[in-house]
Amino acid sequence: MAKTVRQTIKEITKKHLDSGSRCYGQCLTAVGWVGGTLPELYEEDGMIELSMADVAGGGIVTGAALAGERPIYVVRYQGFQWYNSPIIANYAMKSKEIWQRPCPLLIRSIAMEGGIGPVAGSSHHSIYQRMPGVKVVSPMTPEEYKYVYDQFMKDDDVYYISEHRKSYDNTEELENIIHDEADITLFPISVTRFAAQEAARNLEEKGLKVNVVHQLWIKPFDFKEEWQRALSSSKHGGIVLDDDYEEGAASSIAHRMMMDVDKKVRTFCLRHRTAGFHPTVDNLPPNALEIEEKILEII
Amino acid sequence: MSNYNINVFKRASLNRNFEQYVFEGIQNRMFKFPIYLSAGQEYISASIAEVMSEKNIDPNVFIQHRGHSTYLSFDAPIEELIDELLGRKTGCANGMGGSASIHSKPKNIFGHDGLMGSQVPIAVGHCYKTNHPTIVYMGDASAEEDYVLGALGWASTKNLPMLFVVEDNNLSILTEKRVRRNWEMDSVARGFNMRGMQTTDDPESIKKCLENVFDGPMLLNVNTHRKYWHSGAGIDDPNTFDRYEHEMEKLGDVAKQIHEQTKIQVQEAWQKQLDKQ
Repeated sequence: MAKTVRQTIKEITKKHLDSGSRCYGQCLTAVGWVGGTLPELYEEDGMIELSMADVAGGGIVTGAALAGERPIYVVRYQGFQWYNSPIIANYAMKSKEIWQRPCPLLIRSIAMEGGIGPVAGSSHHSIYQRMPGVKVVSPMTPEEYKYVYDQFMKDDDVYYISEHRKSYDNTEELENIIHDEADITLFPISVTRFAAQEAARNLEEKGLKVNVVHQLWIKPFDFKEEWQRALSSSKHGGIVLDDDYEEGAASSIAHRMMMDVDKKVRTFCLRHRTAGFHPTVDNLPPNALEIEEKILEII
Repeated sequence: MSNYNINVFKRASLNRNFEQYVFEGIQNRMFKFPIYLSAGQEYISASIAEVMSEKNIDPNVFIQHRGHSTYLSFDAPIEELIDELLGRKTGCANGMGGSASIHSKPKNIFGHDGLMGSQVPIAVGHCYKTNHPTIVYMGDASAEEDYVLGALGWASTKNLPMLFVVEDNNLSILTEKRVRRNWEMDSVARGFNMRGMQTTDDPESIKKCLENVFDGPMLLNVNTHRKYWHSGAGIDDPNTFDRYEHEMEKLGDVAKQIHEQTKIQVQEAWQKQLDKQ
């Protein structure tokens, strides 16, 4: 049976701990073991429970990274990055440049599927994306996760892994869909990649040609030639889809695309408002139907 | 007169003469960025470094922004500090660190990023990994940062071999401690189940407090007096107590000779580096 993203993360974590590095976070050993992504291990095995002091936690893990541990830091809700990020962003991400002392640290930052209110809901990778000294990646498949971990182990930068719980059961690899002279090109990030695929399939049945170019790397953003050609030959330009707010990574990437290719690139992300708890006031990333409607509106 | 007191004075003299030179340089607009002077507080680092030397302990040191004296007390090279203040690539932080973010790899001194108090959780995490004796410096204001308190609690929980030093000059910019809080850091430390002590910057008192240092975590709040504001922009009170002058007076002619010799050494070191331009 094919492995899920969940199993893949669990196995990577076990391998990481077996190699002598450690995994830090809050309530790691709680019921569910962070969505089943952690092996059921304890402090003596390298699974380190931090206190509930989030800002200090980010600093403690930075110190462990400075000492060469290559820690994995699990932040159970991406919204908690607002207070986990200060010392990581100001020290771990700058230390190599200022003092030639790298702080390689892998941050597992987990987005939820909504229903959890104003703080914890969706992705917040844009907090990090704007800063130097970090690589921001959003793997949604087992092979992508393995690839990202291998990259981290060869590198000495901070890695911000923008995870989404909705990917945890996924076993499939996501392939780009690129047509000759498509109607539009989608550049989906994080969980919007699943919705983008679905929307493209549905619109294909209506006779439209929709490219889907999956975005794994949010930073550094490498606008590959094949993608540029796909956008350039699309009749109605492109859309960057994201599980974060529009005024962040998505806008930054869209701007970069428009500088390189003479086509309009729009963004479709979280609405620019606060999420509530009830479904009627939640703020979720665009689903397949909404993406279809958006495309039809454009063309 | 013990060797300890003389040796501490030697370290303090290097610090004081260095800071005095820099202070005068600030008046002459020699520097291109803010300078954080540690003059007046140099006896804290000088005493602790000497105790470490006597105990043959080579600790990891996490410095704070007002850290020239810490850097020099732990024998990091003066030439690299001078170059750093001159913004040169040959500086201890490659000209990136300025005055606030100095460090020394050979002396295990870790730089500070300017986020007040961030060095405390970083030091805790580093010590958790290395389990090596670790000293971390903070001011009485940065000690109030919430993440400092969270880190102290975790260091205590993990029983780490750490010395937390609060250089308590009673002032955050110009706001006195009593205006900001009604508690003391040594009691906070005890509340976290670690040893918490309060002392002056008298070298003998500091030494006594450090008898069982690194036998688990410990916080030492040292009451001191700053001589100058940041960047030497001002002086709180020209008649404020000056530990360095007090000790020099107490130690007599030997100390005065050390002071004069060190002053010449510091001036020569500066001149040598300036001549390289």
